[in-house]
Amino acid sequence: MSDTAAQPREDDAEEPKDPPDADESVAAETDDPSDTDGPVTGPVSTGAESVVAALEAAGAETAFGVQGGAIMPVYDALYDSSIRHVTMAHEQGAAHAADAYGVVAGEPGLCLATSGPGATNLVTGIADADMDSDAMLALTGQVPTEFVGNDAFQETDTVGVTRPITKHNYFANGADTVGDTVGEAFELSRAGRPGPTLVDLPKDVTQAETEETPGPAAPPAGTDPDPNADADAVEDAARAIEAAERPVCLFGGGVIKADASDAARTFARSYGIPVTTTMPGIGSFPEDDDLCLSWGGMHGTGYANMAITHTDCLIAVGTRFDDRLTGGIDTFAPEAEVVHIDIDPAEISKNVYADYPLIGDAERILEQLTAAVREAPDAEAWRDRCAEWKETYPLTYATPEDEPLKPQFVVEAFDEATDYDTIVTTGVGQHQMWASQFWTYTEPRTWISSHGLGTMGYGVPAAVGARVAADTMGEQDREVVCFDGDGSFLMTMQELSVAVREDLDITIAVLNNEYIGMVRQWQDAFYEGRHMASDYTWMPEFDKLAEAFGALGLRVDDYDEVAPAVEEALDYDGPAVIDFHVDPEENVLPMVPSGGANGKFATAEDQL
Amino acid sequence: MSGDSPDSRPATDGGSPASGGVPEADSRPMPSEQPGPEERNYPTGRRNLEGIRIDPVVEAEHESRRAVISALVEDEPGVLARVSGLVSRRQFNIESLTVGPTTVEGHSRITMVVEETDPGIDQIEKQMAKLKPVISVGEVSGDAVTSELVLLKVQADDPAAVHAVSEMYDGRTVDAGPETITVELTGDNASIDNAIGAFERFGIVEIARTGPTALARGNTPTAPGEKPGTAGEPTTHDD
Ligand SMILES: Cc1ncc(C[n+]2csc(CCOP(=O)(O)OP(=O)(O)O)c2C)c(N)n1
Repeated sequence: MSDTAAQPREDDAEEPKDPPDADESVAAETDDPSDTDGPVTGPVSTGAESVVAALEAAGAETAFGVQGGAIMPVYDALYDSSIRHVTMAHEQGAAHAADAYGVVAGEPGLCLATSGPGATNLVTGIADADMDSDAMLALTGQVPTEFVGNDAFQETDTVGVTRPITKHNYFANGADTVGDTVGEAFELSRAGRPGPTLVDLPKDVTQAETEETPGPAAPPAGTDPDPNADADAVEDAARAIEAAERPVCLFGGGVIKADASDAARTFARSYGIPVTTTMPGIGSFPEDDDLCLSWGGMHGTGYANMAITHTDCLIAVGTRFDDRLTGGIDTFAPEAEVVHIDIDPAEISKNVYADYPLIGDAERILEQLTAAVREAPDAEAWRDRCAEWKETYPLTYATPEDEPLKPQFVVEAFDEATDYDTIVTTGVGQHQMWASQFWTYTEPRTWISSHGLGTMGYGVPAAVGARVAADTMGEQDREVVCFDGDGSFLMTMQELSVAVREDLDITIAVLNNEYIGMVRQWQDAFYEGRHMASDYTWMPEFDKLAEAFGALGLRVDDYDEVAPAVEEALDYDGPAVIDFHVDPEENVLPMVPSGGANGKFATAEDQL
Repeated sequence: MSGDSPDSRPATDGGSPASGGVPEADSRPMPSEQPGPEERNYPTGRRNLEGIRIDPVVEAEHESRRAVISALVEDEPGVLARVSGLVSRRQFNIESLTVGPTTVEGHSRITMVVEETDPGIDQIEKQMAKLKPVISVGEVSGDAVTSELVLLKVQADDPAAVHAVSEMYDGRTVDAGPETITVELTGDNASIDNAIGAFERFGIVEIARTGPTALARGNTPTAPGEKPGTAGEPTTHDD
């Protein structure tokens, strides 16, 4: 039975489609592609060709995906396309790679999967992009329309499954319109607040003949909001900022998505306002700037959390006030008037009440505000207090000689060995926190992590996507470093095969603590040290596994092996994996217990 | 590329990885030298559950209230699933949801009754507005006309009494048999509740309620920006 189920069924074995009618293609009103620079939508003869033409016209350059019966017509149309297709080992990898590609390139990422299991394998990556408001378009094959709803082979209600985790999704219902639908979905994913969109493509729709060349891609009416905030509201907010004694900026991921980092820097520096970021906002403001207090929240710095706790005016830009940031709402910036800048009106006063809501594009509004604030707030004493907190609560870790290698030391070693434009990706767990704490980020789009969903396994496929993006942008010189946990690496390490096949220059640093460490840390703090299912002493030897994949594999146990291994891996022209055996008992600190007060961060285990 | 000289950023913290050897002990304050959570000063302010700074004078939490929300939507497949999925996922307390066509082809009206605080109602409207098929959404003002349809099946032991009660509430008998009588009632929430109370003594066998639907009074548009439409014309502004 399973044998036959795995066989392509009859409808999978395609009759070859009719060759495009020569007369018709001549009749179609398009120029000869060779005559022009940009991508040109040529004449199309099937729904699938229309899909690909729409993607090309929208400017898509790269797709990540896995083949399959229901998506085969689209792949066939990709055969002659200028779009580069990167075949991934697993559709989850395709979604994460597309997501990271989009973050690095500043364009919607594109991923493809077949119906049923292909589509469901995308789900985690779509949900991840949704939580982090990343622009992404997923195209899924679907069984032919006449079988939809009949539990046909490899059928899943993909539109139903992905409805709550997409910005919008579409079921394509005709070859004549499918190209326009795909173009609209692509543009919708980046219009206003970005997010993933999906188009489900029944096989009969992509196979059917059409002569309808898709029009220029545009988002649906009303989805590209006014970039400017209301002028009176800006004035009111400016007065509040001028009057503040303890102002703090809080820059979220929205600052990076809106390409507003420069405007944010100008604003904060013009008025001497200390800056904290959220974790997705890392890179929006340089962490080596005196005004920078790094990121706040559960594992953020003590000084960021002190500043957030004591501020009287919080200028929050492009953040949704996630509970990992706020801790308990009752104690979050309890005395602050809140200026909230966001493109999504639904974010205003969702979690934290906004005294001064400013709705629109972050870059635009920061420029409006910079023009409207006439006098810098009198915050000299406040800046001194922030500087004192920085002295009092630095990020530290103990490194006595006789202890096992500390993971934080590995992160710092990479940071020192690489340039400011290095892209860092991570899995989820302790290593993710160390990678964000002990690396000095100075540029937007260099910190690529799974924030809102917290998806273990994000790191390796994200590194693949980030590398492909950097290469596509002509930035072959940038390093891509993935910090991964042993547990996270094991979840998606099959994508290493893709990195080897595509000869992608990435370095994966596994901070191997033979635990799923973050869980072990919580078990020690809150479950009396009962290590239920968190003990990962059965991990394979990752350096040998890397070699089996055809990558460079290294193993490091001691401090004095760190720098040479880092150098060798970075120098290696292709994928390299270093299996760092680090202190299994090391914990991530500071820590605000969930729902606790940010100001009450613990700096030692016994304070939890 | 690592062969290039790294830029001059300072190391964040910790030892000195660049030295390549065993790190020296850290010179900066370690946790034991830092004030613990209880030794720090904190502001006295607070926020309530809605994230609003608590004004010491008005510390009260918001009370929930009943609100009728009307949305004009594009009548595309799955629109009801999108709206109801959104409402359930965000844990809004929804009382009823009705949907039906408008005068404009391809448009439907969704009427939703919710029991929420003011910030909650505001969130529902904003979240609904985010959905692509939603053209316009807003709360129907307090004096709106609301009406609900109820079918009520009672035991037919005393048909004359059933008939008398249903006259009292402007009901209509739609089915009568030797054992049961089915009555149709329409009206606002309060009169429906009263009527059902009055029918209880006959023994209610089955009941089906549609939930209220509503229109704003007079010239007030029911959904914001809504214009009276006729088939083929847009109901709202040109998008
Ligand atoms: C897909 C997925 N499953 C489970 C979890 C729950 N979880 C959060 S952190 C963590 C441990 C991660 O372990 P590892 O990748 O080894 O990293 P470490 O914490 O040891 O650095 C787990 C299991 C998750 N975030 N994602």
